[in-house]
Amino acid sequence: MVALARVIDSRVLVQLRLLGMAGLAFVVVGAFLVLFGKNPLLAYAEIFRGALGTSYGASEVIVRAIPLMLCAVATALPARMGLVNVGPEGQLHAGALAVTWGALTFGALPRPVFLPALVALGLLGGAIGAFVPALLRVKVGVNETISTLLLNYVIVLLVEHMVRGPWKDPMSFNWPYTPEFPDAARLSTYWGTRIHAGLWFALAAILLFYFTLRFTRWGYELRVIGDNPEAAGRAGIPIGRYTLLAMSIGGALAGLAGMAEICAIQGRLRPGISTGFGYTGFLVSWLALHHPLGIVVMAILLGVLSVGGDSIQISLGLPYATVNIITSLIFFIVLGSRFRRRATA
Amino acid sequence: MRRLGSGARHLDCSVTGVYLRLEGITKSFPGILANSNIHLEVGRGEILALLGENGAGKSTLMKVLYGFYRPDAGTISIDGRPVVLDSPSDAIRAGIGMVFQSFMLIPAFSVAENIALALPRLGVWLDSGQIRERLRDLASRYGLAADADAKVWQLSGGEQQRVEILKLLVSGARILILDEPTSVLAPHEVDGLFTVLRTLRDDGYTIVFITHKLREVMAIADRITVLRKGSVVGTVPRDGTSEEDLAEMLVGLRDVRATSFSRAAQASEARTVLSVDDVSVRGERGRAGLSHVSLHVDAGEIGGVAGVTGNGQSELGEVVLGRLSPDHGHVYLEDVDVTRWSTAKILAHGVGVIPEDPLRMGVAPGLTVTENMVLNERRRFMPGAGLYADWRAIRRAIEARIENFGLAIPRLTLPVGTLSGGNVQRLLLLREIGRRPKLLVAFYPTRGLDIAATRMAHDLLVAARNAGAAILVVSEDLDELFALCDRLVVFSRGTVVGTFKSGDVDAVEVGLRMTGGGKREAWSPSPA
Ligand SMILES: Nc1ncnc2c1ncn2[C@@H]1O[C@H](COP(=O)(O)OP(=O)(O)OP(=O)(O)O)[C@@H](O)[C@H]1O
Ligand SMILES: [Mg+2]
Repeated sequence: MVALARVIDSRVLVQLRLLGMAGLAFVVVGAFLVLFGKNPLLAYAEIFRGALGTSYGASEVIVRAIPLMLCAVATALPARMGLVNVGPEGQLHAGALAVTWGALTFGALPRPVFLPALVALGLLGGAIGAFVPALLRVKVGVNETISTLLLNYVIVLLVEHMVRGPWKDPMSFNWPYTPEFPDAARLSTYWGTRIHAGLWFALAAILLFYFTLRFTRWGYELRVIGDNPEAAGRAGIPIGRYTLLAMSIGGALAGLAGMAEICAIQGRLRPGISTGFGYTGFLVSWLALHHPLGIVVMAILLGVLSVGGDSIQISLGLPYATVNIITSLIFFIVLGSRFRRRATA
Repeated sequence: MRRLGSGARHLDCSVTGVYLRLEGITKSFPGILANSNIHLEVGRGEILALLGENGAGKSTLMKVLYGFYRPDAGTISIDGRPVVLDSPSDAIRAGIGMVFQSFMLIPAFSVAENIALALPRLGVWLDSGQIRERLRDLASRYGLAADADAKVWQLSGGEQQRVEILKLLVSGARILILDEPTSVLAPHEVDGLFTVLRTLRDDGYTIVFITHKLREVMAIADRITVLRKGSVVGTVPRDGTSEEDLAEMLVGLRDVRATSFSRAAQASEARTVLSVDDVSVRGERGRAGLSHVSLHVDAGEIGGVAGVTGNGQSELGEVVLGRLSPDHGHVYLEDVDVTRWSTAKILAHGVGVIPEDPLRMGVAPGLTVTENMVLNERRRFMPGAGLYADWRAIRRAIEARIENFGLAIPRLTLPVGTLSGGNVQRLLLLREIGRRPKLLVAFYPTRGLDIAATRMAHDLLVAARNAGAAILVVSEDLDELFALCDRLVVFSRGTVVGTFKSGDVDAVEVGLRMTGGGKREAWSPSPA
């Protein structure tokens, strides 16, 4: 009985402590808002009202949670074997590049062939974007944290180049974007909102992530590597192969997010298809400690903050950066406490 | 001989001038009471031995004393003053120092740097002159010499242990806790350690010493406290007890019959399973390496490798397991040349291994016992494409195996990192012997095991041998090697310096060969 109480105790306590620490971020930012003569309570109320108070707001939360979930899994999968993939942003854009190439090249295909082909291209593009740093790590020992981070800039700039140069829509009056994709290349949206079929991809990715880790030999071996690479190597688990695989699959999912963004939301490739979904997804993964259910919860939470950030901008004249600051403070506090516990435990 | 009952009881041996007192210490983890209302007293200038079976709660109690765990209840006082120890730094400030079951040194740092890290007040600049002077002083006082500039990775287990102890002394500890310090030492190094500990005791240090070996207890302890299942069974003065009494206190009324295994006669024309042929490996980073080593182990045979740790044994293991490719020579498994095979292929070919450092090399501490049990049989338990692991069925199979072997591991659903040191070793034994390997390479197979489990492990090894396995045991413990092995190979400085059939040789001869040629010894039993 006592023992049982203790088990529950410790689990609940950890969660409560995390929440409490997240609350701390709101207090700190609140103090600053007061300093600048704004009422923090009003601001926070507006964030949540804007995000959850209307059906439009709520649907937008889902719309933003979709790429966040995919990018979070892109970070979480390699993270479970001890790799730090900071590159979902770049991998998302790599997927978008591949998809755009397909959409512009095979414009006349029927939808049932066209869409799956674009999905495959999105996966492939993202996978290549992550395979390169993975290969660099395995072959020459380049740290993947740095290489994925740097590749983000390269790939995003490549997108800029393509939409201003080779792929620019001739009818665009010099705006930097590609021609609009044919209808057959568009993902369905539902319920008169912008919620789109990417939601199924995201949920499937989360489920698959959970199932693979827990119930397959692959997931098992991946977890062993993450827990003790030395023992994994001695047990004959091919760490290099897993590095390539986990990074590529992660990258593929981020690429899928890119596909969904351009085929559902934008309808074409242009700069700014992602408002930092890759980076925020990375954050979601770490906040969720790379656990599937936590990723869903955190993606929605950050979706709320993001939609709410828009609405405080509009109705209170506060900068959007306010929610960025809240998010990063939560991040620092949660991670900081993780490392502190590591150090003492 | 005085017969001792087995119920809980307190022998009141009044300690003159209690220095350290633990009262009513209770510590529980989810699902287990690791320490229950524990009382303990140690005097200044006294060595207390803490005895108990695997999982009895010894390490936990010492970690409470070191501020690593906070007790649920109970108080600690030093020199009559209660102290609150919320972290190891509190403990260090209170003059308590601990050497853990696994060392806590930074391998890439030098000895002096590691010691500097232990200083309570580490300034921005290292005053290495001062550290050196302290080291010289301690070396001459206690016979604890250490090369301040040597990097820790270059040191043998015994030498690293000496650095750990120096660290404690330099940081001003007056209470020294040593958790199974002798498990990493060769027998002659143990004598050296004991000499140092006695000198420290005579200088007024308070020492708590954990071991499973009753002989060591009788040799070094002033008093002995016995734990069983988290509670104190009793405390006795060394002079009023015997190994038999202690053994009985340890296990209670349980039957401690010596299950003497019967050795099946070896088949006269046994197949050779492992054959190492003229293998050489360059000794990297100042290590011994191997030079022209040849040995073989037959089916149904236990071969032993005797030698002081660091004389090429680990390189031998690495070569056999395909983790190190030799510069010269070949390795054959059942006449197949496996010299260039991958580790995965060699393991799949029926080779089992119990590594030198189980927690670091053999398990994933964050995964459960069940998950770790299948580590080297992944394809068997997750067959086919490996797309569905039925963990419940796997757990049942593991439970059946454990029952079958009779070596208990508590709670299969817990992370291995929470197991006691001895229980991790049990896990490895069960996992590797349970695979029924053709060849089992076992480093220090009974390290950290309690008396009963050691006996059981020996039985399991011999049973596996009788069933036709080839077993290579690497150990420093000559008693163990003599008890187990059919044949013995002695290693020194990376070469084979003797091969003996068991029965043809005595321990003195082997001991001489092991240490022959002036191998640097971590614990020279030199006078203080
Ligand atoms: N962090 C922890 N979480 C959960 N249980 C733990 C933890 N640490 C220890 N235990 C449990 O407490 C019990 C006592 O463990 P402890 O390490 O103190 O044993 P021990 O007497 O040192 O044994 P050994 O001789 O094998 O080293 C064991 O059952 C162990 O599994
Ligand atoms: Mg222990």
